[in-house]
Amino acid sequence: MFAYIVKRLLAGIVVMLLVSLSIFLLFWYGPSEPARAICDSKTSQRCTPAKLEVFTEELGYNNAWYTEFPEYVGGIFTGRDITIASQTTRCDAPCLGLSYKNGKPVWDEMKGRLPATFSVAIGGAFLYLLLGVPLGVAAARRRGTVADKSLVSSFLVLSSVPYYLFALLTFLYFSVLFEAPFIGNPGYVPFTESPSGWVGGLALAWICLGIFGCTQYTRYSRGAMVEALSEDYVRTAKAKGLPQREVVYKHALRAALVPVVTIFGIDFGTLLAGTIFTEKIFDIDGIGLWALLAVGQKDLPIVQATALFAAVALILSNLLVDLLYSVLDPRVRLS
Amino acid sequence: MSDPFLVVEDLTVKFPTEDGLVNAVTDLSYTVEQGKTLGIVGESGSGKSVSSMAVLGLHDMRTARITGSIKVGGQEVVGLGESKLRKLRGKEVAMIFQDALAALHPFYKVGSQLAEAYLVHHPKASKREARRKAIEMLDRVGIPQPDRRVDDFPHQFSGGMRQRAMIAMGLINDPKLLIADEPTTALDVTVQAQILDLLQDLQREFNSAVIIITHDLGVIAEMADDILVMYGGRGVEKGPAKEVLTRPQMPYTWGLLSSVPDVHGDTASKLVPIPGNPPSLLDPPSGCAFHPRCAHVDKVAGNKCVTELPPLTAGPTGAGHLNRCHLADPVGVFETEVLPVIAPELLEES
Repeated sequence: MFAYIVKRLLAGIVVMLLVSLSIFLLFWYGPSEPARAICDSKTSQRCTPAKLEVFTEELGYNNAWYTEFPEYVGGIFTGRDITIASQTTRCDAPCLGLSYKNGKPVWDEMKGRLPATFSVAIGGAFLYLLLGVPLGVAAARRRGTVADKSLVSSFLVLSSVPYYLFALLTFLYFSVLFEAPFIGNPGYVPFTESPSGWVGGLALAWICLGIFGCTQYTRYSRGAMVEALSEDYVRTAKAKGLPQREVVYKHALRAALVPVVTIFGIDFGTLLAGTIFTEKIFDIDGIGLWALLAVGQKDLPIVQATALFAAVALILSNLLVDLLYSVLDPRVRLS
Repeated sequence: MSDPFLVVEDLTVKFPTEDGLVNAVTDLSYTVEQGKTLGIVGESGSGKSVSSMAVLGLHDMRTARITGSIKVGGQEVVGLGESKLRKLRGKEVAMIFQDALAALHPFYKVGSQLAEAYLVHHPKASKREARRKAIEMLDRVGIPQPDRRVDDFPHQFSGGMRQRAMIAMGLINDPKLLIADEPTTALDVTVQAQILDLLQDLQREFNSAVIIITHDLGVIAEMADDILVMYGGRGVEKGPAKEVLTRPQMPYTWGLLSSVPDVHGDTASKLVPIPGNPPSLLDPPSGCAFHPRCAHVDKVAGNKCVTELPPLTAGPTGAGHLNRCHLADPVGVFETEVLPVIAPELLEES
């Protein structure tokens, strides 16, 4: 078990290196001038080719990528000094570089944005599991009835609406047209500052993610449950004389949860990596929105950092799922 | 003589499907007495499992249409409420399923699955008692080191051990009727014999009634006191085991006997498969359901096999042996036409 975790983490580190390397190379060989952003901001939009060349030299873009990349990676572990516009700034570990836009360490800003993203992701996931799994179980138990068919078909319609449209309409109706009290003014307020503000500001984002995600989780858990209910061991449970609720919730649901947990692991990682639409529409200053801005501003260190964060989120949530898998299913041996 | 423990009368089970109504079981009647074993034989889809699942009320009540009567210890089961059925299941009537790997929950320990079966009918018992009972039952069915194996998961057991555990689970509440649905089909032959021996020993010990469902006539010959042969959802032959096996009166039973390989017999005896396919339960053949596959249709005058369903009535050898066949002298046909093909050595000896 321990050896397995170590192995998976090592593999994860390789993936992270490859992810950041590929982003790194994009700025080296891509059709852009990475120093342009910083040159523009330092010269009040009057960046001459000569000045651009100075910044390019200073940022190391004239060196080969294979000398710069190890320096970047090393900085993550030990920190490093970075000089921009003849001004040297100490960037402590984990150093993800300095923002080209404001010259501040990327990690400092990231730290500030993580709680918002985690709040959105955890609340949304909690809501869609809370709604989706019980609805799926209920539909599976009533398989083929009018209730089941209307639930399945209405959810299919709902999930075929593009998410951004769904989120925009939610915002339009609850915030703009109805001006709903408490939840009508979305945005991120730290929990420590005001718990009710935190709930109220994130409620619309959670509802959107919750309802939209629950349509999928209802489908997954309905399918898994229909299959589980037809298993021989569920019939055995019934033949023992167990009450119906134990047959369904103990014997069948236990088996049905395994595939749902697997999908959830991937979903949750994606959710953490950036709910760009959600953060943009509901004005939440999280990682997703940050990445979006950084791409527009060609702020390489931030793009790098958000991509790396996405990789970490996906790798860790997948590892967590695999560990959970071995707890749920005793036949699974991790090695 | 006391009343039989299980009395099934005119049992009919139908399932509506998208393609139409499936007539899984039609007008089936049989009885099983305490301490006796009934063997139900038939090919897949003959209704043998469906009929015995009805005894426990295991069908989905919202879709299955069940009529007729099933009396377990005098209590009518057809139409009985779920809560009363629950008290019957696993307590009065227990069932052993065919593939123990699939029939045991892969995520729960064997011992806890056994204990659960005990606890549900002994709500006052502690978990400790239930565990002790589980170990005792595992020991009883011959699982070595039961106090250690009780904490194993089903996948850590061998095939034979799983089936033993399944039997232990079935018997944990001393049921009066045990239904074994193809209990040895998934096992290899040596293990199969052990399991059958075990079932026989336990039956003697508990004096329970047993129904053994199988397509294997070898199993039937070893275990059953009485035999019921099913075809297309109906009983087609019924009688004492010895009678049915030595003087079968229905061409379908002959077909079953002819298709059993016999390693002891000489190679002159032929393995004769039954031609054709099992009948459709959606649209059963007219008359006798077996007529499209029967080689003896011509012996009955007036095309009766095709037009008229023969009743299940006493055959020429007496009231205890019933058949559903239009042939006037089925035993004669069997001895002159079937036996020489499938077991010539028997004729030479006599």
